[in-house]
Amino acid sequence: MEIRTINAADITEAVKKLFMDMNYHIGKDILSALQKAQQEETSPIGKNVLGQLIENHAIASSEEVPICQDTGMAVLFVEYGDHVVIENGSFEEAVQEGVRRAYIDGYLRKSVVSDPVFDRINTRDNTPAIIYTQIVSGQEIRILGGCKGFGSENMSSVKMLTPSAGLEGVRQFVLDVVRYAGPNPCPPIVVGIGIGGTFEKAAMLAKKATLRPIDTGHPDERYARLEKELLEEINGMGFGPAGLGGITTALGVNIETFPTHIAGMPVAVNICCHAARHQETVI
Amino acid sequence: MTKKITLPLTDETIRDLHAGDSVLLTGTVITGRDAAHKRLYELIEKGEPLPVDINGEVIYYVGPAPAKPGHAVGPAGPTSSYRMDKYTPALLDRGLKGMIGKGARNQEVIDSMVKNGVVYFAAIGGAAALISRSIKKAETLAYEDLGTEAIYRFTVEDFPAIVVIDSYGESVLVK
Ligand code: SF4
Repeated sequence: MEIRTINAADITEAVKKLFMDMNYHIGKDILSALQKAQQEETSPIGKNVLGQLIENHAIASSEEVPICQDTGMAVLFVEYGDHVVIENGSFEEAVQEGVRRAYIDGYLRKSVVSDPVFDRINTRDNTPAIIYTQIVSGQEIRILGGCKGFGSENMSSVKMLTPSAGLEGVRQFVLDVVRYAGPNPCPPIVVGIGIGGTFEKAAMLAKKATLRPIDTGHPDERYARLEKELLEEINGMGFGPAGLGGITTALGVNIETFPTHIAGMPVAVNICCHAARHQETVI
Repeated sequence: MTKKITLPLTDETIRDLHAGDSVLLTGTVITGRDAAHKRLYELIEKGEPLPVDINGEVIYYVGPAPAKPGHAVGPAGPTSSYRMDKYTPALLDRGLKGMIGKGARNQEVIDSMVKNGVVYFAAIGGAAALISRSIKKAETLAYEDLGTEAIYRFTVEDFPAIVVIDSYGESVLVK
């Protein structure tokens, strides 16, 4: 395979476009789930809320303004082809600059503070973005981006279950987290679940699960069934749109899995709101 | 049925509002979220004057996105209210009459609302572009250094909200 050279400026441009687009235009998966939910919702107030969310997406898209004022913290899962060489800059800087440009030029909110405990001073350009890079073979750079609002992020949780907890333990933990979150994370929510790996791997899988379109199921049919069952149970909780009651508490449940240790079964639940913004680009 | 409400809220209006009512608010509100609440609270604790007179006001928990040219304000939906719970009773004791946010409140806040005759509205979380259409003007009142977290005065026209906890302590949020 030949070495391919990519200009750092092209990466910056692609990342900028990625984050602006995902903030203005909701994915088709979310929009059709909202439309379907609006038809099926039995609570009048819930139906009304869903209608307003659909209208909000139409306004955001046509005016090119963010869907939600919380344009989140930028998270990128990168598959970096091992035959790619960057010229005129570094990959890290090119990506950060793309995020910076998107948030400044795209009228997105800057929500990142420099130090978590002591200073909490806004960095004023929404950087740093969080970048997870995996080296793969090839000549391309594939970027899956998401921007994560914290109303729902704050409702997320990780638990180190042990093998004896089994399927029931997983189910119980997921439902506990969703019930505790209640009306706070802007329901209808998308629930991302990571199972397996280590402590941090489970959390990363859960984040990745929130970025997967909700009209795709887990390839293993046992997990795909669990996704469906959890979705039903969550919608049975009755929180409904905006937590004002109804049968639409979640739009989707996505599970991602990874092999784990003989002694463990880590589970992470990353709650995402209906403003589930994610998009992919290939450079 | 949707009630049209003019701000500032009178005690009589507040007594007439019940959990579950849909309202359209017209008038002015002030804004404030985590960082501004912390600062106001610390001033109250020290017995120092506040930079904004909150007596009789409605506060909207929001950190708007920047306004595009030609827009009064960027998308501006509510943020989660529970993060303000720690600071809220002190502000209600100072005469704050209404709050707009999203999600649940703790029992101390509800007790203080009943004691002070205060109403808590929810705006629809995530409907930020839609909500911003009812915000006609935004001026900075205090804490400009906080950027999106500064205290603004919004002039609103038919701002859509729902009474989720009324001044009697009744709530429509599903528990
Ligand atoms: S939880 Fe989502 S929809 Fe709600 S305010 Fe945050 S980013 Fe917006």
